[in-house]
Amino acid sequence: MSVKKKFKGLSDKAVGWLFIGPTVLLLLAINIYPLVYAIKMSFTNFYANKIGREPQFVGLKNYIKVLNKEAIWEKMQVTASFMFWTLLLQAIIGLGLALLLNRKFKGNELLTTLIVLPMMLSPAVVGVFWTYLYNPQVGLFNYVVNFFYDLGSFDMIGSSTLAPWAIVIVDTWMWTPFTMLICLAGLRSVPNYLYEAAEVDRASKWQQFIYITLPSVLPFLLLALLFRGIENFKMFDMVVELTSGGPGSATELASINLKREAFEKWKTGYSSAFAVILFVTIFGFGNVYVKVMNKIKER
Amino acid sequence: MDTSRSYLEPSSFSKKMAAAIIIVYAVITLIPISWMVMTSFKNVDSAISYPPEVLFEPSLEGYVNLFTNRSRQSQEYLDSLPPPKNWYEELVRSREMVITGPSKFLGRYSNSMIIGFGSTFASVFLGALAAYAFSRFRVPLKDDLLFFILSTRMFPPIAVAVPIFIMYRKLGLGDTHLGMIILYTVVNLSLAVWLLKGFMDEIPKEYEEAAMIDGYSRLQAFFKVVLPQAMTGIAATAIFCMIFSWNEYAFAVLLTQFNAQTAPPFIPTIIGEGGLDWPAIGAGTTLFLLPVMIFTIILRKHLLRGITFGAVRK
Repeated sequence: MSVKKKFKGLSDKAVGWLFIGPTVLLLLAINIYPLVYAIKMSFTNFYANKIGREPQFVGLKNYIKVLNKEAIWEKMQVTASFMFWTLLLQAIIGLGLALLLNRKFKGNELLTTLIVLPMMLSPAVVGVFWTYLYNPQVGLFNYVVNFFYDLGSFDMIGSSTLAPWAIVIVDTWMWTPFTMLICLAGLRSVPNYLYEAAEVDRASKWQQFIYITLPSVLPFLLLALLFRGIENFKMFDMVVELTSGGPGSATELASINLKREAFEKWKTGYSSAFAVILFVTIFGFGNVYVKVMNKIKER
Repeated sequence: MDTSRSYLEPSSFSKKMAAAIIIVYAVITLIPISWMVMTSFKNVDSAISYPPEVLFEPSLEGYVNLFTNRSRQSQEYLDSLPPPKNWYEELVRSREMVITGPSKFLGRYSNSMIIGFGSTFASVFLGALAAYAFSRFRVPLKDDLLFFILSTRMFPPIAVAVPIFIMYRKLGLGDTHLGMIILYTVVNLSLAVWLLKGFMDEIPKEYEEAAMIDGYSRLQAFFKVVLPQAMTGIAATAIFCMIFSWNEYAFAVLLTQFNAQTAPPFIPTIIGEGGLDWPAIGAGTTLFLLPVMIFTIILRKHLLRGITFGAVRK
């Protein structure tokens, strides 16, 4: 307290509130208020396109409806398998690329920058141009596949067995650099003396990998997967433009379904309940994951 | 000591192998992007030929189609017109069409610019203030507040889109530039605060303390000493915010239609207007992705920090 008297102008406390205030207020107005509003609506039978009609309180009816709807569980399954495959592929390829890049050969930095490019692009626009690459008549992807292995004509987007793989491939193409970059940071954080000590103890390269490299990278890899997990749980833009959830509902992820209920059928009350459920899920999983991650870090 | 390094350093053979695999991966991963850029310079026929043409005669048809609206006309009508005034009119006529006016692309592109720059400026400015306060002062519930700010990023956009839609309709902010600027500012704030706090933590407190002893107030010290020191961090943060606003799709498609629509929801509609007009899609995509690619190359040193909200630094 005696410190602030020495200087002129506003006290530190006043400056602190002045500086943090606007950010907190904006977040409350544009983020928290809508969320509270959504929670409130989830207990009513509100339809946002019917102006003037008083919404009625319906209790937990919307929640019960969502949870009892078989179609919702199908969407959750689609989302879960999308997340499983994308995270698995991105973990393996990303870590592999990071291990290779860590050998510090010439041109390393330039190649890293080039590899990273896809993840900075607009997912929606990426979705659009992959529809061209996947085009069954003229697509480059189909041509390349047929060049190596003659499959004849196939339609990645139009077939309900292939479409889920179409979105997994694009997501992996786009986001593997993300896990790669983070794993690379992990690899570079391993102090050299650990390997030196291992060499002195005549540990094989394989043993060094298992006992030194892997445990050091693991927290970084887990962090990368946390970020990707949250993002892919919310996945909307790329898939909407690539398959728009189809064919049928083969690639209809939870947020695409949510958009249909909220902005096409205008079932505001019902869709709000679904949104709250999704939100609680992501928060719950996120928290458990962070706890597990911290446990692994401590070891 | 050099000898102890030698067996840690990977052998030159393993380095070469690693480099070879990485180069192959880089080439494969860049094919889709290069293909889109190539397609933008094809004409409509060569874009839909099979097998796909790698060597082709370059054409600006895609770019002409991207920037114009055209209508198909009969040969007699075309013959009755005065000769074309310029190369693009000639190109369009050769397809038995006439230009009816400019397309909406330029407008959508400049919407993306206005909304991107506006929201970037606002979120970096507000974020820098908050980050400084979090970095230097004892703020009550600091960790909770910081976590709260981060958690706002976890909301699925669709979950808050309906309430925001209703709210904006009441306030008259629906489909306006201002509405989108406010929205993107808020979405970017969490990133801006977290990244900038990291950068400000790295600036020694002694700088501004010295300035304050020399008679600066806290505010003067912040604007005249700390901000210039943090310029690199501020620039990196600004580019990340800009890229996010530039790429954002979900809010844009749900909350804008005519007036404030940005390029991402517009680009997919190009194909509907011209049938299978892949060169135009390619042209729109190329022009849209180019700035981001340049920014990425500028940003490369700070990429890691940006994508992890400052959680991982090098």
